[in-house]
Amino acid sequence: MKAFAELYAALDETTKTNEKVEALTRYLSRVPPADAAWATTFLIGRRPKRLLESRKLAQWAIEECGIPEWLFAECYHAVGDFAETIALLLPPAQASSDLPLHYWIEQRLLPLRDADDAAKRGSLVSAWREMDERQRFAWNKIITGEFRVGVSQSLVVRAVAAASGLDAAAVSHRLMGDWQPTAAFWTELVAPDTRDADVSRPYPFFLAYPLDGPIEELGDISQWQVEWKWDGIRAQLIRRNGRTFVWSRGEELMTDRFPEMEALGAQLPEGTVVDGEVLPWKSGEPLPFAQMQRRIGRKVLGPRILSDVPVVIVAYDLLELHGEDIRERPLEFRRACLEEIAPADSALIVSPIVRADHWAELTVRRQEARARKVEGFMLKRIGSPYRVGRRRGDWWKWKIAPYSVDAVLIYAQPGHGRRASLFTDYTFGVWDGTELVPFAKAYSGLTDEEIRQVDAFVRANTIEKFGPVRAVKPELVFELAFEGIQRSPRHKSGIAVRFPRMARWRTDKKAKDADTLETIRALLPRGGGATD
Amino acid sequence: MVCFSPLDGRAVTYTESILELTGNGLYCARGDFYVDPWRPVDRAVITHAHSDHACPGSHGYLAARRGETLLRVRVGGDASIEALDYGETVSLGGVRVSFHPAGHILGSAQVRIESGGEVWVVSGDYKREPDPTCAAFEPVACHTFVTESTFGLPIYRWPPEAEVFAEIRNWWAANQQAGKASVLFAYSLGKAQRVLSGLADAPGPIYTHGAVENYCRLYREAGIALATTTHAGAAPATTDWSRALILAPPSENGTPWMRRFGHLSTGFVSGWMRIRGARRRRSLDRGFVLSDHADWPGLLAAISGSGASRVWVTHGYRAPVVEWLKQQGLDAQAIETRFEGEQDETGAEPAAEAEP
Repeated sequence: MKAFAELYAALDETTKTNEKVEALTRYLSRVPPADAAWATTFLIGRRPKRLLESRKLAQWAIEECGIPEWLFAECYHAVGDFAETIALLLPPAQASSDLPLHYWIEQRLLPLRDADDAAKRGSLVSAWREMDERQRFAWNKIITGEFRVGVSQSLVVRAVAAASGLDAAAVSHRLMGDWQPTAAFWTELVAPDTRDADVSRPYPFFLAYPLDGPIEELGDISQWQVEWKWDGIRAQLIRRNGRTFVWSRGEELMTDRFPEMEALGAQLPEGTVVDGEVLPWKSGEPLPFAQMQRRIGRKVLGPRILSDVPVVIVAYDLLELHGEDIRERPLEFRRACLEEIAPADSALIVSPIVRADHWAELTVRRQEARARKVEGFMLKRIGSPYRVGRRRGDWWKWKIAPYSVDAVLIYAQPGHGRRASLFTDYTFGVWDGTELVPFAKAYSGLTDEEIRQVDAFVRANTIEKFGPVRAVKPELVFELAFEGIQRSPRHKSGIAVRFPRMARWRTDKKAKDADTLETIRALLPRGGGATD
Repeated sequence: MVCFSPLDGRAVTYTESILELTGNGLYCARGDFYVDPWRPVDRAVITHAHSDHACPGSHGYLAARRGETLLRVRVGGDASIEALDYGETVSLGGVRVSFHPAGHILGSAQVRIESGGEVWVVSGDYKREPDPTCAAFEPVACHTFVTESTFGLPIYRWPPEAEVFAEIRNWWAANQQAGKASVLFAYSLGKAQRVLSGLADAPGPIYTHGAVENYCRLYREAGIALATTTHAGAAPATTDWSRALILAPPSENGTPWMRRFGHLSTGFVSGWMRIRGARRRRSLDRGFVLSDHADWPGLLAAISGSGASRVWVTHGYRAPVVEWLKQQGLDAQAIETRFEGEQDETGAEPAAEAEP
């Protein structure tokens, strides 16, 4: 537990990616294989089935800390992190554990699955007593399942690659699917022969640059292929050696999440790599992205969600054909091949081309974007190869401007983690007659200095408290930007918006100048009913 | 005297009370003086020289002799200051007033006020841990104890000072190895000198921000041994900072002043660093938990050590401390501080910056 607690502290103490990878690499290189396997498990966000209920955990911690429940609650509000609060409150440590991480997980935590409450409590309290404060904190993070330390799967992959001398793609491949965190698994993960992994390897994605000048500067429109810009999960669909793989742009293998893609892969010729956007899709059009989030959040995909929220891949490009890398061939060649291999009536939809004779015509058609549930246009230069990374010149994205609404700050509550005990999470209202109805929540978009000012305002202008939530005098007006809007019976305003954030603090406006629910309803797509 | 209750805003009449809360702060009508007033008054009795306790412009000041020089820096060279040794008593309108060490910074004092056989102690800011830069906190028996509550939650529990200094030295040494300057933030009056006293035998080099350096000079003149320092502003442009420790006030974090040091690591010495979130939202590399205020066990020990049956709780986590004391059977109440609203209630930014 010592090395693991030190690792956690080292990761927590830096925001620099390279230092995190170094700390991880050092750790993975020096601990027993079983420890490395467990650490990898936790760091990439997997965890054993939850063994302890938080409510009981809190109860036992409170008893061991010897303070009343109300005081524990006060402390939790100041700290903003459950695992940390407990670690700070437990009686001063008398011991420190030299036992390895896998002992703590396999011998101490997992056996609690079948234990009764008294045994769970006893085991937990004794674990705390055997550890020092740092170890208790890391342990609490494990048992509460809130194991977030600013490390993404790709960082872990880099570290495993560095510790083993393997290629990152091979590590990613081996981390997918079902595996158990054991010493044997770790040994396979770092085994030097990578032929097993090559079959799944994706190409680096080519990313579009946002258009920053007037559209006319792109020259002759006939030299450009125009497509709608879809809002889903950018992915590569790979079919090789009779197997199918779906990779996200974050180099995450997502094959298990999309059985539809597994089926589609079987319809594709051997040696195919398609670049596209995985979208929830029904009756010939995309479903709101919120539906996709609903699906992505599930660990187990039942028949209900699969029929409610089916996915397709809207294909942008073809990178490999019959096992040959065709990225250097011109765009129109790749497009023709893509259309040719696309199976009819399948979960593969070739991204339609938008025809226009003039930029002016295209500018008009851009107004259709919202009704079509797309983010704008993609502009691709005829004759261009499929490049690597984000490059200017050949691919541009031309997004429509976000919606924007002026709304009044009505509730605030403290944030978590680095924003703990600062009021950073806000609810905004808009006018419905003479009443402000809650319309959206937003957490991002302000500078640290603005957050401090709003925090001071909240403290000085609280009208009422509901637990950690403060109702404040309706005075501050913010311009909120958001991407999508739909009807929602679950919201008091009857409206749900996608990705709301604070675009500007409108210090020039008073509460009465904020927008009304009426004007916001006018933004709703016509005829579109509630979707859930 | 009519005041407004800090709890519910209603007017409250305090009768027969030696001290009362007024719009200018704590006032003793019998002796006609204020303790740490918020605005200029006729006579101000001062616990210590931090700006939230020592306000300039009063007609006359009474302070502990060890703190006189620092107070003069705060309230102006020509201010009228009467100084008393610790334990020496003066009578103000028949009220007996004396100063007793609070262990917070050089010259900090608890004010003991006695009238008609009743004793009040206004503790100002204090800590019970030993600190070579000031006289150790001395428990003073009283009927009513006025306490701060900056760190009045049980999550605040200070590690032994020696451990913290070892952490600072290890961090500094690791930075030297990596060729990085070590910029250590500490409040310029009190904390910075305590750190320097703990690093007196360090091999150096240690540089200081101007604000820190000024107070170091006054501490040295008072006979307190500190590590050798050089004013960073006076160092030549060719200075190699890669092995240096640089002490600066926390307000310099992220300012252009830092640019000169090149590749660097930042640390902050403060009780707030006990919480990860407080360190992370300042984007600091390291937090070192060392405070000149009492932690939760320290507050409770000082309160019980005073023997007081009544406790007034000022700036900090007033509500939880009051609630806790009430549950222990004490007559406790929260007292408004000069800060508006409850800025410092939750240990958020404004109070964090004003820890002195």
